Amino acid sequence: MPEISTVTNEDFVLDVSKDLTTDKNFASQGFWKGVLTRFRKNKRAMTGLVIILVIFVLAVFGPMLSNYGYKEIISIGSGQDVVAKSLSPRIPALHNLFSSSAYQDAFADRVFLFGTDSLGRDLWTRVWYGARISLLIAFVTILIDMLIGMSYGLISGYFGQALDGVMQRFVEISNSIPRLVIVGVLATFMPKGVWLVIVALLLTEWIGMSKIARAEMLKIKGQEYIMASKTLGAKNFRIIFSDVLPNTIGPVITQVMFSIPTAIFTEAFLSFVGVGIVLPQCSIGSLIEDGFNNITTLPYQILPPIIVLALLMLAFNFVGDGLREALAPRIEDM
Amino acid sequence: MTKYIIKRVIMALVTLFLITFLLFLLVRIMPGNPFPSERMSAEAIAKKRAEMGLDDPIFVQFGNYLKNVIAKGSFGKGSSLYNGAPISTVLPQCMANSFKIGGLSILIGVVVGLILGIAAALNRGRFWDTFCTVLSILGVCVPSYVFMIFLQYFLAYKVTIFPFYFDASRFLGSAIIPAVSLSLFSMSTVARFTRNEMVEVMDSDYVLLAESKGMYGTKLVTRHILRNALIPIVTVIAPLVVDLLTGALVVEKIYGINGLGKLMVDAISGEGIDYNYVLALGIIYSALYIGIMLILDITYGLLDPRIRLANRKES
Repeated sequence: MPEISTVTNEDFVLDVSKDLTTDKNFASQGFWKGVLTRFRKNKRAMTGLVIILVIFVLAVFGPMLSNYGYKEIISIGSGQDVVAKSLSPRIPALHNLFSSSAYQDAFADRVFLFGTDSLGRDLWTRVWYGARISLLIAFVTILIDMLIGMSYGLISGYFGQALDGVMQRFVEISNSIPRLVIVGVLATFMPKGVWLVIVALLLTEWIGMSKIARAEMLKIKGQEYIMASKTLGAKNFRIIFSDVLPNTIGPVITQVMFSIPTAIFTEAFLSFVGVGIVLPQCSIGSLIEDGFNNITTLPYQILPPIIVLALLMLAFNFVGDGLREALAPRIEDM
Repeated sequence: MTKYIIKRVIMALVTLFLITFLLFLLVRIMPGNPFPSERMSAEAIAKKRAEMGLDDPIFVQFGNYLKNVIAKGSFGKGSSLYNGAPISTVLPQCMANSFKIGGLSILIGVVVGLILGIAAALNRGRFWDTFCTVLSILGVCVPSYVFMIFLQYFLAYKVTIFPFYFDASRFLGSAIIPAVSLSLFSMSTVARFTRNEMVEVMDSDYVLLAESKGMYGTKLVTRHILRNALIPIVTVIAPLVVDLLTGALVVEKIYGINGLGKLMVDAISGEGIDYNYVLALGIIYSALYIGIMLILDITYGLLDPRIRLANRKES
């Protein structure tokens, strides 16, 4: 016969072993603090963030860690007699540890982590210098695009009606010009180089941002606090940029995170094709091109820039995904 | 519905016309000289300009250009590429190459992507699901030309199964490397979307109802789940189609395929920029893009009655 449990006094004693003084589940939390907590819990996004930071630090300090300049052709002696052409990656100390035969050439005691290219330039320096250029282009253009796209979308969404119609037709038309065509037309009258890449990115990337900003504006426009602001006599400018804009920042930042890899990729492929970076400067894309030209003889040259490119794309995508989830948590995730 | 289609078609034509005009304007009025001036005397240039009608007002030039394109299908002559042969003789071959490889890669991408996505959704949390996730991350993050370089290095150089460069006489053999590497992106996108859509549909009430009525297996998947999951997938595929038909730029350049992308690269990256090619290709690209978007809009309206109804209400 099972024992019938009866309610005793002990059931009503406060369990002091647990911390019951603060109610964690319902502790009030600011919006951004919540976003931060959710973002931190997301392992993928944090991995992405760490990768970005590491590449960032290396892009800034990497070239300083080596003794060579990015366009310096490494040679021994005053003349150009012995040039460090096409050396494979080497760390002499490590090599001597595992192999009995030391390097036999003139650069036996030098360290080239990524090797040298076919002209005798240090690839470690060039890869990080290239990453610096690529990142710089991506960040600058995307920030400007964010400003343009956000203002465009907000204004279009706020005023609506005829203005919105005209502005949206314009977006539609610009959106149906493929990026390649824009680059092609730009190349007919602009000198090839960094600026071509930047202008091409400026002309294309704002569209996505403007769409998101407009959608947010349409969502927010009808809310009571905007009406309150209007009743208090706020001007349109103030409502758009100081009442609505702060509330659209989340989705826009997410879009930025997805645009940056696009920008890096576009830069890489333009440089690869030969309308981007001009020698002796380099970027990830031009390094991949260099590597590809020697792929059958010196396959190691193409690996570092490709890995950096893939890691950057991966990391920004992870961070973007994480941000999107952190900003708009669904109920099942909580 | 007819009204909706007509409206869409007219809008697409107007957009195409505006873009053509814009491109024409930009290419013609911007500084830059279509003739290598060091090798030609001033009189020769003036004569050539008059011959090509470059001194006419811009609207007259545009009218003539449009008339030639529409009536004769002629885009003028190239200035530096292919020794100035008429563009319309070069284009068909390039278009055929691009479309064949693009079509093949779309086919691979969509079919494999769908299979992977369905396998992942039906085996949620197990091997195929993880595999699908990893693949879709890789496919989105690794540019197709990088993937292609690897394939080329290992399958065409280390082990010579496939030719190292494109060879039109051995189409199938030499199309595999570019088509597979191009399909990776669409494959992963389709796989991810199919998986997510299917998971969503599988959790819905009507699938539960169908199941409780005793339906199971292939019939349930094809009739109830896939059919509803496919509609959003169509929207994802359409822009990919445009990208693949036209944007296989770097892949074409690397693999030496005589296609639209390579033509564009040659036109802009050489010493002298070939204006007429840029213009012609720009128009073709835009027309393709707008055309496919138009088809997408219409099929989407046909597939999903809600969109059709919303549009009817609007108009």
